[in-house]
Amino acid sequence: MSAGANLVSFVTIGVLVGCGVTLLLERSLSRVLLGVILIGNGVNLLIVFGGRAGEPPVVGVGDESAMSDALPQAMVLTAIVITFGFTAFLLAISYRSWYLTGDDEVPDDIEDREIVRRAARREVSAADLASEPAVADPQQVDAPAPPREEDRG
Amino acid sequence: MSTLVPLPVVLPLLGAALTLLLGSRPWTQRTVSVGCLSASLVVAVVLLVQAYREGPLVMQIGGWPAPVGIVLVADQLAALMLVVSSAVTLCVLLYSIGQGQAETGESSPVVIFHPTYLVLTAGVCNAFLAGDLFNLFVGFEMLLAASFVLITLNGTAPRIRTGSTYVVVNVLASMIFLISVGLVYAATGTLNLAQLTARLDALPDGVRLSLQLMLLVAFGIKAAVFPLSAWLPDSYPTAPAPVTAVFAGLLTKVGVYAIIRTQTLLFPGQQAGELLMVAAGLTMLVGILGAVAQSDIKRLLSFTLVSHIGYMIFGVGLSTVAGLVGAIFYVVHHITIQTTLFLISGLVEQRAGSTDLRRLGGLARLAPMVGVLFFVSAMNLAGIPPFSGFLGKLGLLQAGVAAGGPLPWTLVAVGTVTSLLTLYVASRVWNIAFWRSPCETVAPTARLPALMVGATVALVALGVALTVVAGPLFEYTGRAATDLIERTPYVRAVLPGEAS
Repeated sequence: MSAGANLVSFVTIGVLVGCGVTLLLERSLSRVLLGVILIGNGVNLLIVFGGRAGEPPVVGVGDESAMSDALPQAMVLTAIVITFGFTAFLLAISYRSWYLTGDDEVPDDIEDREIVRRAARREVSAADLASEPAVADPQQVDAPAPPREEDRG
Repeated sequence: MSTLVPLPVVLPLLGAALTLLLGSRPWTQRTVSVGCLSASLVVAVVLLVQAYREGPLVMQIGGWPAPVGIVLVADQLAALMLVVSSAVTLCVLLYSIGQGQAETGESSPVVIFHPTYLVLTAGVCNAFLAGDLFNLFVGFEMLLAASFVLITLNGTAPRIRTGSTYVVVNVLASMIFLISVGLVYAATGTLNLAQLTARLDALPDGVRLSLQLMLLVAFGIKAAVFPLSAWLPDSYPTAPAPVTAVFAGLLTKVGVYAIIRTQTLLFPGQQAGELLMVAAGLTMLVGILGAVAQSDIKRLLSFTLVSHIGYMIFGVGLSTVAGLVGAIFYVVHHITIQTTLFLISGLVEQRAGSTDLRRLGGLARLAPMVGVLFFVSAMNLAGIPPFSGFLGKLGLLQAGVAAGGPLPWTLVAVGTVTSLLTLYVASRVWNIAFWRSPCETVAPTARLPALMVGATVALVALGVALTVVAGPLFEYTGRAATDLIERTPYVRAVLPGEAS
């Protein structure tokens, strides 16, 4: 006879999810992966404790009113399989990233940083280029605004 | 007729198994995929007609009656979503076949594309048809697992970088969804949507509100609603054009669909309406202002995608029939148009070798056909009459005005500004990429494969056709929305014994 949901189980869930979230905030993909595994386990525990505890749910073996709820257990099996698949995929990505760059850190959005940098230097945005011919090298756009801008104003 | 209900899920899954086996025979593989998706489009149209005539179609999987077994429900909303998504996935599949013939080298198509794509379709259809929360979760996971593979296709460095963000964010969203599923079950003892309608009403307000908010956060991440939208513009643009197109068209809309379904069926009333409207307004503004700053067409389109999600959330937040009608119509319009625009950006990339506005120019002369397609679609997105974008926005704004009050009026203003800014963004792309004098380095040799152009033309035509059939479509969405608000047609179809 299991004790069902109690304080220890909820503290365990809390610690698992809490550690998982902390790891998820890391830059390195392998730590993120560990975080996902921890959160996944915490959530699975939560679902198991959502159902009624009791005897094995096999009809004809025991008293039906004392049986545990089988549905959350079935759902947890599905959830475990799904978490397992995602973990495997994250591992594959992490390995591929290490293979390509020698590191599994997740860098920032490159284009976003580019736009922030251009904005900080008050450079020409692509919107001002409508009247000019296209350039072969996008780096040229990063040159400071030509003086004719001030002449017009 | 209800035996047809599981087919949109079963057909693509069978096709996925077949195409996996047929990996060494590309042409047989393509034929099987196209055949599967065409068949599920036909099934979806039949379901639409049946759901319109006879009300929701219900399939009890395995013969177990409703609250115990798994049910698939095709009501009017689900059937409409099925038709649009099947049509769009079929067109994108044809486009990708055309692109596959043209491309070689590192970006060449891989054997795994067709099976994965079909699993993605099956997941999307399963999410639309799901009659209980856990099956909805499974549908989400199916489409997510497939999308992980598609977004990191070929495993190049940029795709792995953006793919890792995408995977982690979506796995986290799934965890939140799973927590809410666990909590809903713990609180009510059921996950069947029809049974939940009665049991959730009996819960204390605080418990129900927290369940509602948990689900909203989970779906909000998938639908890219503002505070939860930052992952989208980072991860979509690097994937291959057909993949980005189908993601942009369908995946976020599955999130919107889940929000519509749960808000109307499980949590009716105004409880989260104001929150949704504030989020909707911010989504529109932040998204479109992000789009103004971008210099790459695909990234710019990703930001407009985020921005226009706001319109649909606005309609849901109003929680009136008129608001829902507008939201459903807008979902249909936006699936079509956003997919089309991403396909066109793929054509631009194919023709000019880049989607970077700083390198593009003179496309109107180089590829007049692409120019026409882009112009029609961009004006449709911005909401120029008489296109369906205008009708959808008009419907939503009218619903906002009819609702009255400071918040709906603010949203009406924000919606109008967003529409104008979308027009600005669209005309900027047009001016720079299509009208200014071209760069000499653009190779004038590349020819566009006929199948790619054909599939895009078909989608543009579908977008324009939405204008032509707007009257009947509004009538249809009107009935769908009325059924959603009433809730009884759905509950009675799933649980005939417990009709209230």
